[in-house]
Amino acid sequence: MAIARIQVPSGVNPGDVVEIRVVIQHPMETGYRREQGQRVKRNAIHSLACKYDGSEVFRATLSTGVAANPYLRFFMRAKQTGDLDFWWLDDDDVEGTAKARLVVA
Amino acid sequence: MHRLLLFLLFFPTVLAAQRSGLDYSGDEVRRLQASDIENPGMLWVDQGERLFKQHCASCHASMKGVATRYPRREDGKAVTLEQKIRHQRPMQWESDELLALTAYVAHQSRGEKGSISIAENEIDKGRTEYFRRRGRMNLACTHCHDRHAGGKLGAETLSEGQPNGYPTYRLEWQKLGSLQRRLRACMFGLHAEVPAFGDDLLNELELYLAWRAKGLPIEAPAVRR
Repeated sequence: MAIARIQVPSGVNPGDVVEIRVVIQHPMETGYRREQGQRVKRNAIHSLACKYDGSEVFRATLSTGVAANPYLRFFMRAKQTGDLDFWWLDDDDVEGTAKARLVVA
Repeated sequence: MHRLLLFLLFFPTVLAAQRSGLDYSGDEVRRLQASDIENPGMLWVDQGERLFKQHCASCHASMKGVATRYPRREDGKAVTLEQKIRHQRPMQWESDELLALTAYVAHQSRGEKGSISIAENEIDKGRTEYFRRRGRMNLACTHCHDRHAGGKLGAETLSEGQPNGYPTYRLEWQKLGSLQRRLRACMFGLHAEVPAFGDDLLNELELYLAWRAKGLPIEAPAVRR
């Protein structure tokens, strides 16, 4: 099961620009590392997107240059209370999702 | 006066209070550790919380302060926190499961001072190992971590080798790791025989280190290079 930590600010008013931070547990294997002489297969998150209240507000393309357990942050304008739905996909075609609620006063 | 000066020259670390590895870390590492959202070790704490509720909560309630009392001696054997956590389910050493549970338990004692209660003669085994020269490098722990703490080993700053931040997220590992993994890495560096996880030698060493670190606050999950 995917593990992610999302931080959304509290005490937000409509129209505020808010910072969203997310960190995802993932090894982000480059494909170059060796363990006991065997090459470890490449496995990195390559796509990540975030929907806010149903519509996409953020999309990122990641690669093996990103460290393990990637940490991302972005800014967006808050309109109304709604869910932030994160979705990502790695080279093994394993999907991950995480959710957080942004409360707008 | 002359004698005192000599003493100060040769035993600087004996007089100074212990310093956590955090004191030897750069600003970026400190910032990573200080922020609960940026600290990647917190991912394992979250995972540990879930596992704890699933497998442990039926018997155990709060684990606050537990990490300050480990390792300890049970029936003559040194028992580490990881070993104790494995008491019902034999989880693999260094598995995410075991690391997560250890991190979750240790995290509950964050900020509390290490306070193992143990007689001084009970740490003798570990202390002997700490001062024993080993490997092709023919060095003991004390040569780097007491005499040259704060000095350089290549580009890295040598710390005192305090265990208060474990399990620790090391940037070199790109994941959380146990104290025994760190100890094994040191032994590998010395070109010494590397003991297996859970080996008595490592347990005794861990016990001595915890005794040596008495009074340092628990930082788990710490972040280090």
